[in-house]
Formats: sequence, C-alpha cells, structure tokens
Amino acid sequence: MRRPSWFVYGLLAAVVLGSMFPLWWSFLIASHDATVLSRERFPLIPGGNFLRNAATVIDTVPFWRATMNSIIVSTTVSASVVFFSTLAGYAFAKLRFRFSGPLLVFVIATMAVPTQLGVVPLYQVMAKLGWTGELTAVIVPGLVTAFGVFWMTQYLTQAVPTELIEAARVDGASMIRTFWHVGLPAARPAAWMLGLFTFVATWTNFFWPFIVLGPRNPTLPVALQQLQAAHFVDYSLVLAGAVLATIPLILLFAVAGRQLVSGIMQGAVKQ
Amino acid sequence: MTVGATTTAPPATTAGPLPAPASPKRERRGRRSGVDVRFSPYLYIAPFFVLFAVTGLFPLLYTGWVALHDWDQIMGQGEFVGLDNFVAVLTGSAFWRAFTNTVSIFVLSSVPQIAAALLIATALDRNLRAKTLWRMGVLLPYVVAPVAVALIFSNLFADRFGLINALLETVGLEPVRWHSDRFASHVAIATMVNFRWTGYNALILLAAMQAVPRDLYEQAAIDGANAWRQFWAITVPMLRPTIIFVIITSTIGGLQIFDEPRMFDQYGRGGADQQWQTLTIYLYELGWTRSDFGMASAVAWLLFLIIVGFGIVNYLITRRIATAEGKKS
Repeated sequence: MRRPSWFVYGLLAAVVLGSMFPLWWSFLIASHDATVLSRERFPLIPGGNFLRNAATVIDTVPFWRATMNSIIVSTTVSASVVFFSTLAGYAFAKLRFRFSGPLLVFVIATMAVPTQLGVVPLYQVMAKLGWTGELTAVIVPGLVTAFGVFWMTQYLTQAVPTELIEAARVDGASMIRTFWHVGLPAARPAAWMLGLFTFVATWTNFFWPFIVLGPRNPTLPVALQQLQAAHFVDYSLVLAGAVLATIPLILLFAVAGRQLVSGIMQGAVKQ
Repeated sequence: MTVGATTTAPPATTAGPLPAPASPKRERRGRRSGVDVRFSPYLYIAPFFVLFAVTGLFPLLYTGWVALHDWDQIMGQGEFVGLDNFVAVLTGSAFWRAFTNTVSIFVLSSVPQIAAALLIATALDRNLRAKTLWRMGVLLPYVVAPVAVALIFSNLFADRFGLINALLETVGLEPVRWHSDRFASHVAIATMVNFRWTGYNALILLAAMQAVPRDLYEQAAIDGANAWRQFWAITVPMLRPTIIFVIITSTIGGLQIFDEPRMFDQYGRGGADQQWQTLTIYLYELGWTRSDFGMASAVAWLLFLIIVGFGIVNYLITRRIATAEGKKS
C-alpha cells in the first residue's frame, strides 16, 4: 500500500498537538503565580512556581487522602470487575445451562439503562447503611458491570477451546478447578484490558463520588472540585491541582497506552 | 458484601448432598459432580445479577416510587402525591431551560465530534509510519478526568484573561462572553466534551474501517471513483452499525452531562441565569440543594424517557441516512 501524503500527517499532527496543548497549557499556568494571566503577554515558557503551587494544593485540600482513596477505589473496583466478569463471561461463553441465552440478553440490555438515573434511591440505600462519606459507597455499586460480562463473554467464546474444558472434566477436575486452570489463563489478555478501562473510568468518575462522599473523604476529582470552589481566582493553583491529578493517569497511559488502543479497537470490531 | 465469599468457595466441595456411607467412592464423586455441573454456572453469574439488582435495578424502579411522593432528603417519605411532582417539574421554566441547554450542548458536541472522528479515523486508516504512536496521541485526552478537562478549559475560555479571547482579539475580533452568553457557554462546554471523546470514537471507527475489504476500494478506484466518493459510497455504509453504536453511546452520555457544566464556573449551578444548567445539574440541585427527592426523582424519570426517545429517533434517522447512502451507490 502507498504511504499517505504529507497532508495526512499534517492533519494527524494537528490533532495530536491539539490533544496535548490543553495539558501543556495547564502546566504552563500552574508553573507561574496568580498574576500570570493578567499580564500583557501570555507565558511561553514554564515558570519556576510549580512545586510551590503543588505544595499549596496539597495543603488546601486533603490531597494525599484523595490520591490514596482514588487508588483504593480504582484498584478494588477494577480487580472485582475483572474477576466477576471473567467468571460470568466464562459461564456464558463455555458452560451450558438453562436460560443462559435470555440471561445474557438481559445483561446486554442493562447496558442501555443509564444507572446514573437511580442516584436518589441509591443515595438513600447508602445513607441507610451508614455508608455516606465512606469509600464502600463508591466501591460497591462498581463491583460488577454489564459491559465487563459482555466483553469477557465475547472474548472467551473464541479464546478457550471447548475440547480443553472437556478434557479437564474427563480428568476429573471440578468446575471451579477447570475455570481456574483453563478459563482464567486464556482470559488474561482481555482481562488486562478490561482492568485498564475500568481503572481509567473509575479514576475519572465524578458524579456519584461527589454526591455520596462529601468533602472530608474525597476521591481526586471531588478534591479538585473543592479546590476550584476554594480558589476560584487563583488559576495557577487550580490548574496545578488539575496537573497533579492527571499525572498518575498519564504515567499509566505511557506504560499501557498501546494496550488501551488495541483494547478499543478490539472491542469495536466485536459490536 | 457476602457475594464474593459465596462464589469463590469451590462449589464442588460445598454443594454436594451427603452420600449414603455405604455407596462406593466412585458414585459419590459422580453425584457431586452432577450437582457441580448443574449449579456452578448459576453461581458464576450470580454476583453480577445480585449486585445489579441491588445497585442498579432496584434504585431505578424505586425512583419511580419516590417520584410519586412528597419526599424530603432528611425527613424521608411523605404523602402520596400522584403525578404532582411531574406536573410541578413540567410546568416550571427551569426544567425546560435545562432541557434546551442539555439538547443544545449535546448536539454541539456529538455532531462535530462524530464528523471529526470519521475524518481522523480515515487519516489513521492510511498506511502510516509509526501507527501506534499516532493512535496513542489521538487517545491521550481520554485518560484526563473530565473534572480536570473542565478546569483547564474554563481557564482557556475565561471571559477576561482567557487564551481564546486573547487570540480572538489578536485577529481583530470581539472577545466572546463565554460565561454569560448562553450559546457561547454551550460551545465552550461542548468543546470540553469533544476534546475528551473525539479520539476515542475515532479509534472505534478506525477498527470498523479496517474490517472493510480493501479490494472494494481498488474496484471503486478502477471505476473512477475519487477518495471523497469512495468514502461516501463504501466507508460510511460499511460502517453503519459502528456509527449507530457511537451515536447511541454518545447520546446516553451526552444527555446525562454533569461534570463539565458543573465545573464551568466555581458556583456549579449552571450559570447566574442557568445559561448552561443541564438536566442532571437540575436533578442534583433539586435533590441535594433543595432536599426535594420527590421532584429530583421525577426529573430522573423524565431524563430516562428523553434518553430512550432520543435513542429511538437517532436509530431511525441513522438507519435512514446510511441506507439511502448505500442505495445511491
């Protein structure tokens, strides 16, 4: 196939620069002081104030706590989604049982229902359980996703040879042993991707944690929101917070961006 | 939750009925294994269904019950008021304002977004050098939290000292009042949404494009079709299911938009005159600022109906357009 013209590269370069510019800009402002925006000229090079601004951010909002909370919530939710989705996906893909067809259709149908719309009763449930302000209130509703079940079902249908399962059964392995030694290893690539996507989605989630957690025990996005309310004039501080909250995901992206890309591409073909 | 514990326990050793002591080992094992085979699948899918019932289905249905009552966040359930909450919501101007804002922001974000995503996907579909790097570059905004995106862009779109207005002034245009002019605020918020999702959608469309057989294009080229015509006559019709998928997911997400408009100014109420208050912000305000869970639930149900309605309309239109395009060729 022919290599594309410079025009195609130019277009893509513009898109990528456009993707990076807002992040660069926030770092630029975050590395100066509050007066930078009212000056005659916009800053073109970073100033030396980033660490000082970052320190102020960390003092103003419970930053470390929020980071810790985000790590706990995102890790727990991703691990749980991966485990339960693999288990359910394996059952739907490879085991025969009554109503498996209609049940799978039900799972897929629930993907179309925006669960966000049940926030009022969900909040009441959490209040009854005494979980408002606790991380459990964010973790528990995230423990399973219909998307995860669907994704693993799709993958395992072709990734595990049915003969292998039968062979293990003939050798006398129990169902769970068969899952553990045949299903789980085969699921690994798709499971990593599901874990990555769930991690990013949980880390960036705002609406529900904002409602149920409150200011004292926030996740990072909730803490960022407080920062804006507390320091609305000082954009260098607000953007320092935005940069700090984004750094972990940029690092994750640098390591696993390739997988994220192929994950999206793989998921799309299977629609 | 006890769900995890029940599913991780090996069912083979816990679920078997006690065998008669005299029966041979072999038979015992066979019977156990039968129970194992019959019930294990249900045990494996149970966590999803149990958790979904508690945290998804129940709240969704219960919202309907709350919507029919006078219901205060602190005082709890009050009188049964029938459809009064719905009437109150629908006759108030705030709901319709929020509805218009939501639809306006949704249209401003999804239409250019899908068009741009198609264009970017077409470019990525070429035989590029360093493919993966380009794809990663395009996906980068997806990992930035919407709250952070909103903070960054409300700075870029600041009425005074904002970069966008400064650029407008350098080319001799009037600065735009992004935080007071209604339409301008919608454009700014839609830009944030587009920033985060265009690359993601481009990759989904790219995946579908790569599944289009290459010889279709070669054939068309031989028949004298230029790139533009190939795009409309081959790519778009072949991508129809994926385009519908992208439109439907962006509809569901777009109509529930909250993070970006909430963070567009420091008050989070959708502007001094509710210029950019969306339905979800309105829902939040009713429920958690005014403590009126009854009305908030009514808004939730209306929002649900709106989403379903838009989904159906979208689907019908997309099917129409894509089929018409397919027929023309």
